[in-house]
Amino acid sequence: MMSEAPAQTSAPALAVDGLVVRYGGVTALRGLDLELGAGEIVGLIGPNGAGKSTTLHAIMGAVPAHAGEIRLAGKSLRGRAPEAIARSGIALVPEGRRIFAELTVDENLRLGLSGRRTRDGGEEAVERVHEMFPILRDFRRRHAGTLSGGQQQQLAIGRALVAAPDVLLLDEPSLGLAPKIVDVVFDALGEIRRRGISVLLVEQRAQRTVAFADRTYLLANGEVRLTLTPADAGDTDAMVHAYLS
Amino acid sequence: MSGNPLLGALDAQTLVDAVGLGAVYALMAVGIGLVFGVLRLVNFAYGQLIMAGAYTLAFTSQAGWPTWAGIAMCFVVVIVLSGVMDRLVFRPLRTQSPAVMLVTTFAIAFLLQSVALLVDVRDDTIGEPAASVASLNQAITVWGLEVRKVTIVAVVVAAVALSLLALLLTRTRIGLQMRAAATDFATARLLGVRANTVIATAVLLSAVIAAAVSVLLTVQNPLVAPDFALKETIIVLVGVVVGGIDRLWTATLGGFAIGFATGVINGALPTDKTVFLPSVVFALVILVLLIRPSGLFARGGTSLVERV
Repeated sequence: MMSEAPAQTSAPALAVDGLVVRYGGVTALRGLDLELGAGEIVGLIGPNGAGKSTTLHAIMGAVPAHAGEIRLAGKSLRGRAPEAIARSGIALVPEGRRIFAELTVDENLRLGLSGRRTRDGGEEAVERVHEMFPILRDFRRRHAGTLSGGQQQQLAIGRALVAAPDVLLLDEPSLGLAPKIVDVVFDALGEIRRRGISVLLVEQRAQRTVAFADRTYLLANGEVRLTLTPADAGDTDAMVHAYLS
Repeated sequence: MSGNPLLGALDAQTLVDAVGLGAVYALMAVGIGLVFGVLRLVNFAYGQLIMAGAYTLAFTSQAGWPTWAGIAMCFVVVIVLSGVMDRLVFRPLRTQSPAVMLVTTFAIAFLLQSVALLVDVRDDTIGEPAASVASLNQAITVWGLEVRKVTIVAVVVAAVALSLLALLLTRTRIGLQMRAAATDFATARLLGVRANTVIATAVLLSAVIAAAVSVLLTVQNPLVAPDFALKETIIVLVGVVVGGIDRLWTATLGGFAIGFATGVINGALPTDKTVFLPSVVFALVILVLLIRPSGLFARGGTSLVERV
């Protein structure tokens, strides 16, 4: 399946080459490589501190990269401000959802329009998100802080989608959610895939992610340790070994 | 009890004057609160922006400019100076700690005061009269009360400015972005909200308000000196903290409250005791902060520290 074709069809939707990130004296990423094809869902799993969130933050320009290259459809993102990256066709659903509790549901959603590359089409984008998550239409005048965790997660995903990104980054979207709500989130990801958006999914739920994604990178100690396919989802031994190594 | 000075002072005349003062202080509080919201910067140099506007009024008045032209020039000077301050000082220091930024605004405040002094003493006297706007200080009689025209103008300007600002913040895209940035700037930027645009808008709105305050204060105090608006800025900063600095409307209410209280206490004190006005006001402030440290109008337990 093809997404709205970028000019350089040969370039992957997102490519990370040799990414190095340091926090003071601590190296969080030591030469990370990963690739996300158009319309692909790629998982990113690994133990705490492996560098999963750092990878997403470095892609979004929220933490500086010390070395390496990040390309969105062939164009380098390195050194650009977070808002410039957000306006170039990539959207983040941050860890902990980071919705604006004192703004209404509708205002939160409309804030996501700030990341659109074109002025028009915003209303339609909001409408499509309402179709995907009807709760956001029903509760649109409520303060977002009054929503449940699962509803807030839907809001955070909807807020990213109204920007009409080619690439969607999600940082642990199922964290702290009840199993039934986790199903809702994964169903939404399936729908997002059908829309041709490429997804990079950071998750703690390793097995479910491996089974769901086209490809899953297992990170440990700031680098890719394993690349897994859905066929490996049953092979817990390999995963456990990599986690513990 | 007519013998009680406090009760005796609470007549309609005092209340009208107190509302007028409260309106001007509320405007200053909004100007300071807008920039604090997006930059977490307490701009101590806000008073010097107002001072620069007042000098503009004085010099244009002495040069024989019509009043409207002088007021227009006052707005231009304050807006340009504010923009320069943002570009040269605030932007490079944006990622520094609030303490560094606060101390820097002290430095700017004293620098601007020194520059004003150098300009002012060229005629060998300190203080420049701004005659063109003084006519607004005349009183008219409304229902038996002596009301200075500037009091009416101050209340109208404050009401209109605050209403327009409320509309901008709640009904426009940039207003929504400013509210989001004031809560969580990092996340707002990750959503595509342009930091420079939001900050420049806040600085611009803050400057427009400072220019309006320049006119209002110059009418009441037409001899402009380098320490113009300094005392008012300190009182308003205190009012903003007392009201609750992390929300624009509580900061504004705090500004109004301290202006209103100052007006009432000023009316209550016997004429020979008005030197004690600051002491009484600040004693009240200490009392309020002891009882409600997160701000007089802040909701319980929602101080800035706990919110982030």
